[in-house]
Amino acid sequence: MDLFKKRKKNYPDFWTEYEQKFEKKISYDLPDIRFVVFDTETTGFDYDADRVLSIGALSVQNNSINISDSFEAFLYQHFYHAKNIEIHGILQEERQERITELEALIQFLEYIGDSVMVAHHAGFDRNMINHALNRHGMPNLLNKFLDTSVLYKRTLIKSPLLPVKAQYSLDELAEKFDISKKDRHTALGDAYITAIAFMKILQKLKTKKKFSTKKLLK
Amino acid sequence: MKNTISARVADFLKNYPPFNEVADKELETLSGQISIVYKVKGEVIFANEEEAHPCFYVVHKGAVVLTKEPDDEVVDLCDEGDIFGLRPLIANENYKIGAKAYEETILYAIPIAEFKPIIQEHKAVGTFLIESFASNTRNPYSKSYRGKLYEGSVPTEENHLTNNELLDLQGVHYSKKLITCSENTTIKTIATTMTDRKVGSVLVVKDMLPVGIITDKDIRNKIATGLFPITTRATNVMSSPVITYPIKMTITQAQMAMMKSSISHLCLTIDGTPNTEAVGIISKHDIMFELGNNPAVLIKAIKRANGFKKLKTVRRRIMNLLQGYLNQNIPLTLTSKIISELNDACIKQIIKIALKRMTTSPPVNFAWLAMGSQGRSEQLLHTDQDNALVFENVPREQLEETRTYFLELAKIVTKGLFKIGYEYCPAEMMASNPEWCLSIAEWKDRTFHWITNPGPDEVLLSSIFFDYNLSYGDANLVNELSAHIFETTEKYPVFFMHLASGALQSPSPSGFFRSFLVEEDGEYKDFFDLKRRALMPLIDGARVLTLSHQVKSINNTAERFEKLAELETNNEELFLACSYATKALLKFRTKHGLLHNDSGRFIALNKLTKEEKIKLKRSFKTIKDLQELLKIRFKVTNLLG
Repeated sequence: MDLFKKRKKNYPDFWTEYEQKFEKKISYDLPDIRFVVFDTETTGFDYDADRVLSIGALSVQNNSINISDSFEAFLYQHFYHAKNIEIHGILQEERQERITELEALIQFLEYIGDSVMVAHHAGFDRNMINHALNRHGMPNLLNKFLDTSVLYKRTLIKSPLLPVKAQYSLDELAEKFDISKKDRHTALGDAYITAIAFMKILQKLKTKKKFSTKKLLK
Repeated sequence: MKNTISARVADFLKNYPPFNEVADKELETLSGQISIVYKVKGEVIFANEEEAHPCFYVVHKGAVVLTKEPDDEVVDLCDEGDIFGLRPLIANENYKIGAKAYEETILYAIPIAEFKPIIQEHKAVGTFLIESFASNTRNPYSKSYRGKLYEGSVPTEENHLTNNELLDLQGVHYSKKLITCSENTTIKTIATTMTDRKVGSVLVVKDMLPVGIITDKDIRNKIATGLFPITTRATNVMSSPVITYPIKMTITQAQMAMMKSSISHLCLTIDGTPNTEAVGIISKHDIMFELGNNPAVLIKAIKRANGFKKLKTVRRRIMNLLQGYLNQNIPLTLTSKIISELNDACIKQIIKIALKRMTTSPPVNFAWLAMGSQGRSEQLLHTDQDNALVFENVPREQLEETRTYFLELAKIVTKGLFKIGYEYCPAEMMASNPEWCLSIAEWKDRTFHWITNPGPDEVLLSSIFFDYNLSYGDANLVNELSAHIFETTEKYPVFFMHLASGALQSPSPSGFFRSFLVEEDGEYKDFFDLKRRALMPLIDGARVLTLSHQVKSINNTAERFEKLAELETNNEELFLACSYATKALLKFRTKHGLLHNDSGRFIALNKLTKEEKIKLKRSFKTIKDLQELLKIRFKVTNLLG
């Protein structure tokens, strides 16, 4: 036990509160698990130079998305790439109410708690958030992460006739699972597509032999 | 909470009653409280006598089947936008019906606590709910319809009664998109419109009010006979005055009205008199469609369908028809002919719709091929789609451009097939895959390679591809390819040995003591795999034997065996037994598939009756005999027991 170990650093209250949520034991009963499916829109792909412009997240529990338990934040960033704005349609002048990066992180940590995080190409979104946390003097996220692009590959049948691609885009998943792409390229819209795809993928994985929640979360 | 997703939910809901009566703002607030629920096919949403959930449901995607005790009779099938599970919440009672996902479904669960104030505030919402409760939802899927499924069969007394009751209650569905013209429109223009829109009547209106109607019959009687020239105006030809009825009429009322005035079209107006605006037309065809499932009506409905959604409802009726045929023990040969014909018509229609959606017409001729069970006309239930596309040879520099066009077309078609119920092929054997969308020269190379290098993959690919059948397009391309395949196989007879050994790879259906062999693990542990263990050996055997006899254009397994019996009189008995076994197994599979709303591939043995088990086992004997014959004939040595 590390009861007597002194913390190296004094983190702010919101972080310690977040940290405390991980002290209780996690359940491996699938319907009990709260998954938070999220997506970030950013100014680019450089973890150090680029910034998060918006975060959208939905909670999935027992195959159900409760809309009242969703998260959408638009961040105020001085730093802007004109190019990226074209893709995501996020304009500085837009009427969306913007909050500071720190405020967004505080709200986001409060929202996610100890949930299992899910994202498409999760590594990217995770790093973006972690870099933002680090900039404000916080350590990395403590949550478990699942990546729908990896999980999807596990659902494919093994056949010599079907070459498995290295990457499957969110667009490809939306096509395969017949999900509307109307709100593509907004953080919450992409999170929604990912959430529906995630539920469908999970269903496919469950029917495979030797499926266990524990293994899934490893 | 208002956000991108709740706005999207509100956008969906406002298209459907009673939500269309709710103000945008309230609807958005309500949408923020909704849960989006994913249900797997067959999953129970609520059971009979279960305590009511704190929310009711709207189908967003997919379909939900409602059933009533005691014997799970289907009372309704809810589609996109339909509400269910609301009545018990208003009446404060337990569920009186069960609800199950009929296919993979996404539901919106709307909390009743948030919805109740809306009912109180909007009178129209309350009225809608009271009306829909009072009339009870329409149910063309109920048992009482089965008597009508097969034309010429006499419905039993009991069915007859409930049927009439139902028809009296059911509101009739009418076309809301009116095709109209003015009194001065020329007959030629009218006839063109009728042809374009595929309708049998045009309403003549003046100041929005109906003044006359022109039907196919009028054109035949008054124009084709020379009574009036083709340039004459509508006013000279139309039947007038129009016989009008109010919108709210039942099927029986509509039928009676048509009989009374011996007309085939009814015009519906707001208050039922010709002095109010016309809002719809009911044709005899609409009523026929409402009443019965007969192939002729369904074919007509398929050809009229201009979108995938409409085709989907027709496909459901095809399934009802199939169920009726099986219940009445109509011979399977006839049943599968009719159902395949209807399935085929659906595919053709989808391709036609897809072609219309392309911005340009195809650069060269092409043929759409159905493979696998569809190609063998053995597909009775919804299964995976396997298809391929072949197009005419083009100069090398145009090849990729041409392929891109056909891939785009194929993408629309496969999506359409998916929408009406054919799952995507998990191994991507679909024309939308560049590997399965080739020019005739490329296909020739490809099949030549398979036949001359028969490794396990090549044999597998051949066994899937060689059952192809033309669904749509240029028959010459297909004939050319078939001729090429026969020529090549004749030159490389060793291919048959490999194909035969592939046919012997299917695992055995029964063990040493004639017990069933069941799956050992996975999702279907302890189920019997009817397809792999019983049907595949017959299908594969028939294919290699007919190929070696150079029999062209027979794809159906049972028919192949019949042909073989003709060709080899000394084996007549075995082949006829094989043909019989194929039909019996196929029927077995179809019955089980319909019962469980799946492909019928996996059978729970403990659910079988003694008689069914004996029947199954009898077919295993035939399979063993057939496999013996293959081993000897094609000198297959590397065998599995």
